[in-house]
Amino acid sequence: MNNQPDNRVELRGITKAFPGVLANDDVSFKIAPGEIHALLGENGAGKSTLVKMIYGIMQPDAGEIIWEGSPVIVTNPKAARKMGVGMVFQHFSLFEAMTVLENIALGMDSSISQSELEGKIRDVMHKYGLKLDPHRIVSTLSVGERQRIEIVRALLLDPKLLIMDEPTSVLTPQEVNQLFGTLRQLSSTGCSILYISHKLHEIKELCEQATILRGGRVVGDCDPRKETSTSMAEMMIGGNLKQVSKGDDRSFGPVKIAVDGLTQAGDGNFGMALDNISFSVRSGEIFGIAGVAGNGQNELMLALSGETQSNSGNAIRLDDRPVGEIGCLQRRSEGLCAVPEERNGHAAVLEFSLTENSILTARDRMGLSKNGLISNSNAVSYTDQVISTFGVKATGAESTAGSLSGGNLQKFIVGREIMQNPEVLVVSQPTWGVDAGAAATIHQALFDLANNGSAIIVISQDLDELLAICDNIAVINEGMLSKTLKVGEASIDEIGLLMGGVHGDPFATAEMTEAVHAH
Amino acid sequence: MNDTILISILMTIVGASTPILLAAIGELIVEKSGVLNLGIEGMMLIGAVTGFAVATTTGQPVLAILVAMLAAMAASFLFGYLTLTLTANQVATGLALTIFGIGLSSLMGESYVGKTTEVFGSWFPSGLAEHPQLRVIFGYSPIVYFSLIMTVAVSYFLRKTRAGLILRAVGESDISAHSIGYSVIGVRYAAVLFGGAMAGIAGCYYSLVLTPLWSEELTAGRGWIALALVVFSAWRPGRLLLGAYLFGAVMTLELHAKAAGFSYVAPEMLAAMPYLATIAVLALISLKKSGASAAPACLTKPFKPNA
Repeated sequence: MNNQPDNRVELRGITKAFPGVLANDDVSFKIAPGEIHALLGENGAGKSTLVKMIYGIMQPDAGEIIWEGSPVIVTNPKAARKMGVGMVFQHFSLFEAMTVLENIALGMDSSISQSELEGKIRDVMHKYGLKLDPHRIVSTLSVGERQRIEIVRALLLDPKLLIMDEPTSVLTPQEVNQLFGTLRQLSSTGCSILYISHKLHEIKELCEQATILRGGRVVGDCDPRKETSTSMAEMMIGGNLKQVSKGDDRSFGPVKIAVDGLTQAGDGNFGMALDNISFSVRSGEIFGIAGVAGNGQNELMLALSGETQSNSGNAIRLDDRPVGEIGCLQRRSEGLCAVPEERNGHAAVLEFSLTENSILTARDRMGLSKNGLISNSNAVSYTDQVISTFGVKATGAESTAGSLSGGNLQKFIVGREIMQNPEVLVVSQPTWGVDAGAAATIHQALFDLANNGSAIIVISQDLDELLAICDNIAVINEGMLSKTLKVGEASIDEIGLLMGGVHGDPFATAEMTEAVHAH
Repeated sequence: MNDTILISILMTIVGASTPILLAAIGELIVEKSGVLNLGIEGMMLIGAVTGFAVATTTGQPVLAILVAMLAAMAASFLFGYLTLTLTANQVATGLALTIFGIGLSSLMGESYVGKTTEVFGSWFPSGLAEHPQLRVIFGYSPIVYFSLIMTVAVSYFLRKTRAGLILRAVGESDISAHSIGYSVIGVRYAAVLFGGAMAGIAGCYYSLVLTPLWSEELTAGRGWIALALVVFSAWRPGRLLLGAYLFGAVMTLELHAKAAGFSYVAPEMLAAMPYLATIAVLALISLKKSGASAAPACLTKPFKPNA
């Protein structure tokens, strides 16, 4: 190809300011045709803002975007798609109550008939080996399948540049391999890929070039294949990565929490029933629960924290006392604290100050209220302790939870529970959307809590994380819990297969799809 | 004799059902886009009074309907500006719009109280429109046929057209729609204006067809019934049609019971029936979980792009 420009896209001096923050400051880099380019950076480094400008959701204040050799102004996503930019969002831009087909049709700019579109979808799925049933309602699909919708939607437009924002955070290892296969196939046909992630070993495996952002500025670029995960992480945070240590003496005491035959009917259309779940966690032990999203993790989390109560008190025993029938507040007083997955609105009230958020969960254990009246000085000093111990970046205890970045709020809600020194801590997705530095802080705090004799249950979809921090692990699938595996003895493949089930396995889903269409 | 009574009962039911069907079909579109406009009653009254004023001064019913539609659209634009552009609370703004509509229509209608206008009746030849049996099909104001056509059209629009798909998408997930590149605010403005237009026509149906005169609060709370009907129908046009005629039947119960000399229940009780039925339906639907989940996910949620 003679007249092909050297670069698919080049950014020159892109700058974007929001009130109070410079999100991108003079960012420049280029991507060649067919190149898989990583964009690395901590939370709040400006990655998402940058790609939103390439995709036309926002406009840069200064700088220019050069598309295939000529400067362009991307006024909106439609214009971006017309140029040949496709995007797969981190938080999927899907419509839950609609079918796969309708979702894809909404992402197309020209109006074509349903049957024609369905034919095109089947072509793309066949070409890239992606399985999906166009007539399923999105809310019934697993996260991996949902991501496939976004990918198919992007591929239908024959993109020349595909932007992927944190695509693997919700996939099983098998699904990640499948995704990487698709991406490599795309890249071999000349499509450039801009890949955003903070999973460094994935970037090492997939990408040929990386640009590293910190505080909105480009602080370096590298060839990830020649770097180590540690060296890239240090470039990202601009300092030495804190070494997380588990401690040598990992001896376990008596059983702190025992779950025995926990069974519960599913709620509504999309709830998962819990089926005879049993496990126990000892003092000093970190117990991991792995699984693909939507297999009963939320329900188990609520049952453990006390937001839903069991029919039998003995289904959950804390230090051999039945707690199954009592609610969250009482369980907290008994020594069981919990950090739910969703920080916005579930773990924290965004409109409340950090102090008020502390009072919500810590008032009994930490004496933040007396005789029904709030003790403001205690509450503020407890909040200040959490902020300083966990390095939460906030203007102070009175700043609202909603004003914190995701990673900082996560540090706060995890810290708020850990500093209550619970006998048992249940935490869901402790480092969801959190950068390497903050994740290290949270992991270290969990180790320290375990070493002080607490039992910890970690529910996470991030298998790497569970393998790094847990002593034992079990997999939840379709509301059932697998046998307990010792970390270090279980292989990733084995755990991946346990995670599979009907939801995660694309081939099982395809079989079901064909069965449906046969009728 | 039974035939005549039956036909006249049927015709009163259609008469009572048409305005709530029209107003509800408009509100259905508004709610599908994720906006709750509680101001239907107010917009209907504005439509009723402007339509009546134009009809009595010009004697042109079609012009009257057009003006009523535009006046109610202007009111809905005000609602849209407050809730969509300024992201004011939709519930409070809608209630304010109703109160505003009641006050404005009373003020504007002051000089028209007691006046009458010619009924905007059937366009079919009198041989059909006044035929003792066939009038049950041909004897209605054009607005009645219009309301039925609109129901079919809205149903087709939502299920089959791309624009309908986009409208549903905006009501289902504003953030997703925005990130794909649709104008959430633009779609919602269009929906709100459509809702206003339908409410305006519904309102002037009262002052031009049902009771061709003006009195304060002519619509007597029917806007609220239209609102309940949208929930009752689980946001489906087909069920909306069914519901509107069911409510219409209940509403005419009082008249027919009186005419038939039925006196076991106080007439006030019968007059209260449609409102009691509304409360009962709403209570029943909120008890049933699947009913609530049919609501557009973004209903009443304000949208701020770039937030």
